[in-house]
Amino acid sequence: MTSSPSIDTAPSFSPDGRQIVFESDRSGSQQIYTMPVAGDAPKRISFGNGRYATPVWSPRGDLIAFTKQGNGRFSIGVMRTDGSEERLLSASFLDEGPTWSPNGRVIMFARETQGPKGAPSLYSVDITGRNLSPLNLGSPASDPSWGPVQP
Amino acid sequence: MRLIHLAFVPFLALAACTNPEGGFNGGLLGDSSSWDDPAANAEDQSDPTSQAFFEKKIGNRVLFDVDEFILNSSAKAGLDEQARWLIDNPQYVIIIEGHADEQGTREYNLALGFRRAQSAQEYLVARGVSGLRLKTRSYGKERPLEICSAERCYAKNRRSVTLLTGGLS
Repeated sequence: MTSSPSIDTAPSFSPDGRQIVFESDRSGSQQIYTMPVAGDAPKRISFGNGRYATPVWSPRGDLIAFTKQGNGRFSIGVMRTDGSEERLLSASFLDEGPTWSPNGRVIMFARETQGPKGAPSLYSVDITGRNLSPLNLGSPASDPSWGPVQP
Repeated sequence: MRLIHLAFVPFLALAACTNPEGGFNGGLLGDSSSWDDPAANAEDQSDPTSQAFFEKKIGNRVLFDVDEFILNSSAKAGLDEQARWLIDNPQYVIIIEGHADEQGTREYNLALGFRRAQSAQEYLVARGVSGLRLKTRSYGKERPLEICSAERCYAKNRRSVTLLTGGLS
């Protein structure tokens, strides 16, 4: 769907399957773009300071979760699908890879601690920014992917 | 992208159980050559046509600036040396690995590592190495050479590595 010398990666479908959201550094830094699956030019929706990566469309269709990088810190955040009302929900040395709960109200992501003993673990947070808490798995874990509700 | 994520799970599991230090990252360090092929490391460096000679005496790594895939002058100088040796030793097939430091998301760093490997590949071809001998792959930030969360480690991890594999038969 895209063809350019830039890094275009981390695509995610909207729940109706008619649009994708992805990250691209075509502007010179990593930003978030949406585009219709049927074609047409990508539209940039992120304009804040820092770099935006790994956007994921909410199963409800109302929000896009993303990883944001700036000043040596990483955050998980959400914004409306037009890029407005950006909110950051977490911040640490390295947070990345958000995934949505099926009801579109909780986000899980991986947090990695720094240094030689650094390890990733999973955290969840409500889209209000409350209830940030680790998932106690007893071992390192990364790349969470929250499945749909079972029929 | 999810497929790529899943592909890394076995690597992570391996890292978790092979590290005697108890840290998460220690079990899977460095370039492929250092753990895929111990025989190559034991090889005699005094043979100027050997893999060991290429790795230790010529130097098979070049380093990149932060978030950059364009070759700097020292990277070009390193690749000039590599190209001369590779042209003189046409029996090897070459894989160029691209790597990134941990500053950045997994997906972005996979792409950045790929770009770094491509930069090195294009430069070697421009210096006369046959493109038919060259392949690239990217590990993104998954295989750091040095583990610490500071620039002294990051600088070593932003690299491309020129690996020699079995000869053209």
